[in-house]
Amino acid sequence: MELIWEIAVSAFLVLAGIFALVGAWGLVKLPSPMTRLHAPTKATTLGVGGVLIASMIWSIGSHGVLSFHELLITLFLFLTAPITANFIAKANLHRAAPPEDLPTLPEGQLWAHQSPGTDTSEAAFEDKETHRGG
Amino acid sequence: MIDLALDFAYVCFGLGLAFTAWRVVRAPGIVDRILALDTMVINAIGLLILLGISEDTGVYFEAAILIAMVGFVSTVAFAKFVLRGDVIE
Repeated sequence: MELIWEIAVSAFLVLAGIFALVGAWGLVKLPSPMTRLHAPTKATTLGVGGVLIASMIWSIGSHGVLSFHELLITLFLFLTAPITANFIAKANLHRAAPPEDLPTLPEGQLWAHQSPGTDTSEAAFEDKETHRGG
Repeated sequence: MIDLALDFAYVCFGLGLAFTAWRVVRAPGIVDRILALDTMVINAIGLLILLGISEDTGVYFEAAILIAMVGFVSTVAFAKFVLRGDVIE
């Protein structure tokens, strides 16, 4: 393999490793749940993206074949990362944020985690069960 | 040179996996555990791809895609359960 390919693969691998480490360290170190959401969803996804690019360059450089598996994984990860982040943020709003801390909405609108039926208290659960049984 | 970079990336992703595992065991809330599990899955995918580069084979891509899909679905299901008290309503 030529030197230029080796340099490119090594650079992307080192970059990816640094991004992954920063993401995981941010997950441990950042102060509040909402800030902790940032580190893994952005840094770690970029880290995996870097490894996949390195793998593509590697397969071009060593075999002369452009491999599309990596592109598929990258696409899937980059599509799903915001969705999982949104779900985790909503769960976090539901569990941690007091309703009076949220910004006020226009009349007649609710936050996504407050839609009718979100009541997960014991009484609401029993109510749902009886409805299902009947 | 690639071997050295591969070793560096292995160490980084391994340390990341260790941090997230620590976060799963010791977290201030259930939401942090979900987030840590999601990050763990992504780190595992990175390790699998690194293994594919260092052994010069393509069989790990299928495993990586499967793990990515299972990880996404389980994270969404877990978050949905915490949010609504039910996975499919």
